[in-house]
Amino acid sequence: MPKLKAEKKRKTKEFYDPYCFSNAVKKGDIFTRLSMLVMGLGNLVRGQIVKGLSFLVIEAAYIVFMIMTGGKCLVDLLHLGGQQQIEVWNEAKQVYEYTQGDNSLLMLLFGVATLFVTISFVMFWRAAVKSSYKAQCMKAAGKKPDSFIQDIKSLFDKNLHRTLLTLPTLGVLAFTILPLVFMISMAFTNYSKIDSHLTIFNWVGFENFPKVFSFNSSIGKSFWGALGWTLIWAVFATFSNYILGMILAIVINRKNTRGKGFWRTIFMLSAAVPQFVSLLLMRTMFNREGIINTLLQRYTSLSEPIPFWDNAMLARIVIIVVNIWIGIPFTMLQVTGVLQNIPADLYEAAKVDGAGPVKTFFKITLPYMLFVTGPYLITSFTGNINNFNVIFLLSGGGPVTDLSSTSGKTDLLVTWLYKLSVDQQYYNIAAVIGIMTFVVMAVVSLITYHRTGSYKNEEGFQ
Amino acid sequence: MKKISTGAKIGKKTTNVFVHILLAVLAFIWVLPILFIIMVSFKSDQGLQIRTLLPDAWLQSAKAAHPDMFANVTRGFIPTLDNYKKLFTDTTNVFNFPQMFVNTLIISIFSCIISAFFVLSVSYVMSRMRFKMRKPFMNVALILGMFPGFMSMIAVYYILKSIGLTEGAMIRVALIMVYSGGSGLGFYIAKGFFDTIPKSIDEAAYIDGATRWQVFTKVTIPLSKPIIVYTVLQSFMAPWLDFIFAKVICRANKEYYTVSVGLWNMLEKEYIYSWFNCFAAGAVVISIPIIILFMVMQKFYREGVSGAVKG
Repeated sequence: MPKLKAEKKRKTKEFYDPYCFSNAVKKGDIFTRLSMLVMGLGNLVRGQIVKGLSFLVIEAAYIVFMIMTGGKCLVDLLHLGGQQQIEVWNEAKQVYEYTQGDNSLLMLLFGVATLFVTISFVMFWRAAVKSSYKAQCMKAAGKKPDSFIQDIKSLFDKNLHRTLLTLPTLGVLAFTILPLVFMISMAFTNYSKIDSHLTIFNWVGFENFPKVFSFNSSIGKSFWGALGWTLIWAVFATFSNYILGMILAIVINRKNTRGKGFWRTIFMLSAAVPQFVSLLLMRTMFNREGIINTLLQRYTSLSEPIPFWDNAMLARIVIIVVNIWIGIPFTMLQVTGVLQNIPADLYEAAKVDGAGPVKTFFKITLPYMLFVTGPYLITSFTGNINNFNVIFLLSGGGPVTDLSSTSGKTDLLVTWLYKLSVDQQYYNIAAVIGIMTFVVMAVVSLITYHRTGSYKNEEGFQ
Repeated sequence: MKKISTGAKIGKKTTNVFVHILLAVLAFIWVLPILFIIMVSFKSDQGLQIRTLLPDAWLQSAKAAHPDMFANVTRGFIPTLDNYKKLFTDTTNVFNFPQMFVNTLIISIFSCIISAFFVLSVSYVMSRMRFKMRKPFMNVALILGMFPGFMSMIAVYYILKSIGLTEGAMIRVALIMVYSGGSGLGFYIAKGFFDTIPKSIDEAAYIDGATRWQVFTKVTIPLSKPIIVYTVLQSFMAPWLDFIFAKVICRANKEYYTVSVGLWNMLEKEYIYSWFNCFAAGAVVISIPIIILFMVMQKFYREGVSGAVKG
């Protein structure tokens, strides 16, 4: 515990910012405090015209937005609407007209989006107060506050991270975080085909979660089955690809292997064919009348075709094998780049000290590989938990042995999620499954990630 | 003493031969399905009969050599280019392949430029700069990567719809944004690579008076060709390979289909019989640019950056 505290102290010291928000509130003068109401005022007073004006414009834009639409969106988010579309007899035109009913989905979306806008506004607001306080301090110390040109220059040097991160972060916010929050919130509604809540739905709290976890209901049984298979699949798929791919890369990379480029190209070729093409092809090859069964029947004593896709166990094995075929070229590509990046002097030193190839592998190559590709291993593990394509295209989740259930024997949580949302339209259950998939991955990978060398000691090989 | 060294030499030679044979066998397994697709793409008969997989000329000569092995196969196919012709000239039919090809090319060029920029910037920052939000950002990125992509698919569609990007030509913009928008999160591999570039190179540049931006563009980027090529390649390929997102966003707008949606639809029940050979031809055609890219990439995998720091 004391160690943790010490570490925390060190951390805060490392990035200590004398112009932080709490200091600004405590020690700010009248203009800095007024900047809380009129953003940018402090900067304007101290001669940072462009900066001050931009803060002011942001504030004005936010206020206008909230008055025009934002406020209503937030209110809608609370109740999600309830106004059904109804027919009204229009006496003048002598026709039935439809009133504009509420669309809970759009209300939810706009509400969540408004929340995002508000959060980013709060961040700008804090930045404005801090920047005003900084200008105040500079003035008090007798220095001139940074001019606009100096600010821009620092964005390409000391603050380069802000420049480089802005656009990627915006992209992530709009296309990853916003949709995720939107979908997660669906888990707490009754948005589902059940009782026809497809246009109008409402908040139901945690009602959906017990349904998924119970051992008795059909959904619960499917959930536990799919969860088990997802974990088994992820372990096998990840490690088979990693180990075999690394062996292949090392074998090709050996000093005595001729035609390195040629071999790499050959293995790359299979990666160049779009995955869904090769997967669909593999599916037809393993069919009852597929080429593999045909050949087996013709050239061995086998009389009946092997039901690769109708037997749960066989289907699972075939999927893992096909996945090795799909994945190895990618691992090889990945590993080759890193292998060639191992400083050559490490090997030379080992050679001088008389280390053999096996020792070199375990003492230099493997630690280095694990150091660099540790995060890659974790991402490929999580990628496999989410590996939609392989399952969906090969077996489609089948075979379905229990007809009352919505999932088949090779369904991963994600493919089941897809079926639930696209085919069955049980959006709320699908969202719960999505959250559970996340929980599984979070538990697995946060534990392992914090143990990898490249997290603990990032500069080990620099 | 001499005896041992020749023995070791022979042992080495045997391993070497063994390694090459093993590689050859593996290479054959990996290439087989590709050969299959290429064969099908030149097939003249329609339908899914794959028993006659070899060209007729080859089959007849094989039959002459081993009569009993090929006893119940009567004839192979006559190789033809008709499938390719149909694919590229038949623009009136259900599948307008040239249009799909152009769509996908536009989308993948733009999205690979944007994502390469995103990924490289984020990974450089995470590898070389130290600031307060760094660890939180990395953790958030890791956490976000753990949510299934399909969970947000429907949400992404509604977001794009609400800003009017799901109608007409804007569908292309929508797809570019979908493929490149969140790409900043995939920085781990490139960061791992940047971490292995010695820091002393950067420091040498700082001493010479370079700003961080200059170090990034003039030192780090030129040293990182393999990882840049990898990043570009990955993002260039995404639009050719993805069919789910493209299907959800294009819906019934046939003129904006990407290649993969088109090929996927060729395997629908009502088209599969007459279009399977064209499907194979299409698969061959879209594999060609990707193969060329892979070839280009080969030469970047030579020496890496080791040896950049002397003594």
